[in-house]
Amino acid sequence: MLNTLGSSVNRLLVTVGVLVLSSPVGAFAAEQAVLGGGDKPWWYWPLILFVFCFGLGILAVMAGVGGGVLYVPLVSGFFPFHIDFVRGIGLMVALAGALAAGPGLLRRNLANLRLALPVALIASTFSIIGAMLGLYLSALNPDIIQVCLGMTIVGIAALLIFSKNSEKPIVTKQDAIGMALGLGGVYWDEGARENVEWKTHRTVLGFFMFILIGLVAGMFGLGAGWANVPVLNLMMGAPLKISVGTSKFLLSITDTSAAWIYMNRGCVIPLIGVPSIVGLMLGSLLGVKLLAKAKPKMIRYFVIIVLLFAGLKAMDKGLGLGLLG
Amino acid sequence: MNVQADSASRPSKEQVIYANILVIGVWVGLALLFITYFIYLSGLMPSHVDMSLITQNWDKGVNEYLEITHSPHGWGWVALLGSGDFLNYIGFTFLALMTIVCYLVLVKGYIAKKDWIYAGIGLLEIVVLSVAASGLLGSGGH
Repeated sequence: MLNTLGSSVNRLLVTVGVLVLSSPVGAFAAEQAVLGGGDKPWWYWPLILFVFCFGLGILAVMAGVGGGVLYVPLVSGFFPFHIDFVRGIGLMVALAGALAAGPGLLRRNLANLRLALPVALIASTFSIIGAMLGLYLSALNPDIIQVCLGMTIVGIAALLIFSKNSEKPIVTKQDAIGMALGLGGVYWDEGARENVEWKTHRTVLGFFMFILIGLVAGMFGLGAGWANVPVLNLMMGAPLKISVGTSKFLLSITDTSAAWIYMNRGCVIPLIGVPSIVGLMLGSLLGVKLLAKAKPKMIRYFVIIVLLFAGLKAMDKGLGLGLLG
Repeated sequence: MNVQADSASRPSKEQVIYANILVIGVWVGLALLFITYFIYLSGLMPSHVDMSLITQNWDKGVNEYLEITHSPHGWGWVALLGSGDFLNYIGFTFLALMTIVCYLVLVKGYIAKKDWIYAGIGLLEIVVLSVAASGLLGSGGH
């Protein structure tokens, strides 16, 4: 009975995904009509964007990725908005999602402030530099950003395919900086019904990686959960649950600084910003409810394929090849 | 269950305060977004930029868009709060300011505990976020 329900939900979700992700293809074709003096009313694109983002919100939760990482490549690839606005709103989308998730993670001690604060300082500082660099390059030639974004998205898809997480990494000796900062703690593992003690290592190397993460997040307007988790978990040795929770919380700080740069530059158009944020958040809420009944692995593979396609599409668009429509 | 270890797994006081502020802030921010967007779309307040002008120019780079639509950058939107479209910035700004507010409370807690390293990190973060928010960095795009 439960299996039948589960497979029905899976079929439904994949169908929703296909519908949501295929509608922009039609939308893209329609864009040509708009550019050529089409007669679409002003509400047409915001409405499609809202429905699209609602579907993205469901898929993002199922696939365990942030909304921003799906939003930026897909919306920039298939909607008629300039990449400057897509990045600015993408950051606001990722920020709103991270802020909403923050309280629950902090209260359950799954986001650790002592771990988050130092890396957030590094990532948020460099995300400002990334945002300024991204806007500068975009002003020179937006195709540069499209191509770099495409390559980054393809890289992220590869990372999602090949990276192996470690539930509870073994850290035999904590380094001096980690010890001085008190990077460690205890959390309650509901599944194992036990308290898990943890500490980190390779702190300097981890901090260095957050420089790169901040730069990429700011430059492309992406939430950086896809990079935060492997660095915190595999490199610094934080348990997977702490890494995921702290990463989501981190986004609320990293994305804030970059979002300010984009917002101050005028890259957040309310007409498309609000439906994006509200659509994604409502979709995420439904996604969380469906998560119990669906098989996230199947959805995850689907999203990875979509990311690969979106990355290639961005590269195709930036290089002006026109191979993918 | 080990009671001693269980108390160790509880979140710190700072985390709980941070979470409490955040949960209120997020809902207020989203409510502001929702209300101001409704005012904007319903036409209760006149818009600074006509809808058709937006749809005709959202495929252009931000500098060109701002020039065509006579839109401000930085905190220039505050002067246009009488317009339905720029009213929406209240919600965006509220959400983006939440982290700074939470950090102010955090730093106060760390100073009270004489945790100088984390108080310093928190203060630096407030500086970074405030500089980003100020519009001093790269808001003059045109």
